[in-house]
Formats: sequence, structure tokens, C-alpha cells
Amino acid sequence: MNMPFYVAPEQLMKDRADFAQKGIARGRSLVAVEYSGGILLCAENPSRNLRKISEIYDRIGFAGVGRYNEYDQLRIAGIRHADLKGFTYSRDDVDSQALANQYAQMLGQIFTHETKPLEVEILVASVGYAPDGNRLFHIRFDGSVSDEDGFAVLGGEAEPIRQRLQQTYNNDMDQSQTIRVAVSALAGPDRELGGDQLEIALLEREAQGRCFRRLDHDEIGAVLTASTDA
Amino acid sequence: MFNPVDDPGPSFHALLGKVGIDTTSSALGNPSNGANADHLKVPHGTTVVAARYADGVVIAGDRRATSGNLIAHRSMDKVFAADKWSAVAIAGAAGPAMEMVKLFQLQLQHYEKVEGHSLSLEGKANQLSGMLRSNLPAAMQGMVVVPIFAGFDRRRALGRLFAYDVTGGRYEEHDHVASGSGSLFARTVIKLGHSPTNSYDAAVDLMIKALFNAADDDSATGGPDSMRGIFPMVSTITADGYNEVASDEIATRFDALVSAQGEGATSK
Repeated sequence: MNMPFYVAPEQLMKDRADFAQKGIARGRSLVAVEYSGGILLCAENPSRNLRKISEIYDRIGFAGVGRYNEYDQLRIAGIRHADLKGFTYSRDDVDSQALANQYAQMLGQIFTHETKPLEVEILVASVGYAPDGNRLFHIRFDGSVSDEDGFAVLGGEAEPIRQRLQQTYNNDMDQSQTIRVAVSALAGPDRELGGDQLEIALLEREAQGRCFRRLDHDEIGAVLTASTDA
Repeated sequence: MFNPVDDPGPSFHALLGKVGIDTTSSALGNPSNGANADHLKVPHGTTVVAARYADGVVIAGDRRATSGNLIAHRSMDKVFAADKWSAVAIAGAAGPAMEMVKLFQLQLQHYEKVEGHSLSLEGKANQLSGMLRSNLPAAMQGMVVVPIFAGFDRRRALGRLFAYDVTGGRYEEHDHVASGSGSLFARTVIKLGHSPTNSYDAAVDLMIKALFNAADDDSATGGPDSMRGIFPMVSTITADGYNEVASDEIATRFDALVSAQGEGATSK
């Protein structure tokens, strides 16, 4: 009779976590930053079509890093969760916390029970009616959730980007300042990112109904060139 | 998450089916057992109209809902933005109609979010057709809903209009459409003043004149109500998207129409 090798649970979890982290580290990073008019979501993404940032509901946005097909499935699951809830109750009853919990459950379940954990890290951002109503939930591959304040960084190079943001960030910057701060934190000191390497979307507090707005490459380019002129 | 075989895709309707929420009105009962909702005297919405003009389409509706011979509501909205580039206006049983609009709006938005781009105008018109078809059992029992659908087709850069029947039949109309009890009168007025090259002013005034005349001859259609400040609703959809004409502007246009007609009457 074949006896399966005994593997200590600590080791098993560590192996899975290492595996997932390795997958995530391969991808490029993204940041979410609160500013005076809402929340900015900014990702380094050379693809025009495979998006990392998207709309979930009226005031809720989603961003994911890691394996595209995996976070895209999570994105769709989130849209379904939100639309079903809004249909069953009311549009006002859809909140980001419930969504973040749902995601945490899904990711946690997959991490412990499936053969392979998801190699993703996701962010659920919701813009409040007042600045203190903003929420940034950062959910990791193992289902752990953290509630971030001011800004959140996801992806392989999160730590250096977080340090750069910590130095430049303050919460009463306007939209274009925030874009420039986010982009330079993503790029680092040694390189520059152009409009066509970036994917940027906003959750605008004052918008009616759907607050999510994607900026096109020209719009991003215009904001970034304005900074070099100044 | 669903496995790829039974994934509902971008359809919200299919998703509702998967999670076991039944939105069809067949829950009302089987029409063959003689059940009929006529005696329930549910509120009915009445006249809605739409026409093409130079910049796109204009769509309008009165505000009255009737229940038998009574006025059930005076300020019901019958014109809704389906999404940024299209609108739906409803006539018929108000309850199922509003539920249908809610589901339709959600369906378009759900598709747009899941797929990353919105449905084509024709795709939207077909969606509405399918929803009417699933309402057929209820229609057989008297819960008839007959919407009209108007939108700006961004691929072809022109406004388009669609009429429907209770079975989900979809008919694209070239110039104008109308639905509801006062539609006969409204349509006659539109026919006389319509031109696809009408300006914005001419198009909105034509809608107002059409609804005014429908209210004049059809008791179920509400006219302008200056006392309560309730006026028919008019919206335009152009290359810039959906825009509801402000109530004040409609009031002014009604006043102009009424005083012009009054002068005509005294001069005779």
C-alpha cells in the first residue's frame, strides 16, 4: 500500500503562498490613491484590451494584478454579486465591504481547498459621498483582507512603490497632481511611463449614478506632459 | 464563479435564472385556467411617442396612469434612459412595465460592465424584444406592456426607433412611433409636422403638440397640469447621449402652444 508522504500543514501553506507570490511578482504593479475628488486607480499596463481596472457598481471599482484570467473571473463574479444585490434590494444597499468579504471567502476557500491557489491580488475601492466614506480593501491570494487608508499598492514591487508614495502623497491633491504622483511612484526614479503604458480610471465623488470613468491614453498623456512643462 | 459550461456570460437574465430568481410574470398563474387580471384594475400608463429629427431622436410621454375610469397617478414617469445612448418609453400595465424597464436597464449595464463595451443598438432592441416575449403569459391575462425604444446608433451615427407588439415582435420604424391609448391622436399630429430634418425646437414642439392633442381627445392621457406643475416628459438622444428636457422649458413651450391655439380660435 502506498503511504502518502506526511507534509506539515505549515509547510503546505508556505509552499502554496510562495507559489502564489511568485506568480504575482511577475506582473506589473498598480496603485489606488484617494484624492480630493474621489479615488484614482492607476496601473502600469501596456495592453489596451486586457484590463486590470474596471467598474463593479455605481461607486465601486475593481483592480487586480497577477494572472489575467484569474482576476478577470473574480471581476465578473463581483459584478454579478453587486448587480444581483442591487436588483434584489436597492442600488443603495450595494456596499464594498460585503463585496470584499465575499472575495476574501472565495480566495480563502480556493487557497486551502483547491490544487492551486489563485495567483492574484485584488483591490475593491469605493468612493463615499464624503471623503471619509472612501474604502480601499486590499485582498490577497490567501483571502486575507486589509483596509487601507489614503493609498494602496498591489503587485510584485509593492514595497518600493509604497515607500515612494509615502513621501509624495497628501490627501488634498487635485486630480492631475494625484495622477502625476501615482505615475512617478509606479515608474520609480530610473524610468518614465508614457500615456500608452498606463491604465487609469477614476471614481469621481460628485458624479451622478455611475462614478467610474476611464481616462483614455490621450487624456493621460496630456496630464503627464503638463507636468513636464511646469 | 460558475464553471465554463454553465456560465451565464454577460446576460443578467441568464444569471437570474442560474441563481433561481424568476422574473417572468408567469408566476401570476396559468392563462388557460381563465385567470384574468382585468378585474384587478391595475394602473395603466398611456401615451408615449418618439420621432427622429436632425440630431437624433426625441422621445416623450404623458404623466398619467389610469385605473379603469379613475386617475391612479398624475406624475408617473414613462420615459426612461435605458443607458447613455438609448431610451425606453412604456405604455400598458404600469407595474410589469416598470419592472421590465428596471430589468432592461440593468441588463444593458450588466452587459457593458462584464464585456467592457456596450451592446449595439440593435442588440439592445432585441433584448427588449425577448423580455416582452417572456411577458406574454401575463399579457394574455391583461397585463399588456407595449414599449417603444429609441436610441442613437453610434456605429451608423443616426437615431433609430423601434416599435413592439405584445408577443415581442420588433418593428423598426423610420420616422416616428407611438404607443398607448392616445397614440392614434398623437401620431396624426406627428405625421403632419414631421420631417427627419426638423430642428431641436421643431422636434420638441411637435412632441408637445402631439401629447397635447392626445390629451385633448383621450381621457386616459394627461395634459399639461400647470396647477400642480406637472408636465409631460420629453428627452432627446443625440451623439452626445441622453438628455432630459427641463420641466421649465416644457412648461414654456406648452404656454406658447396654448396661447397660439387660443389666438387661432378667436380669430375665426
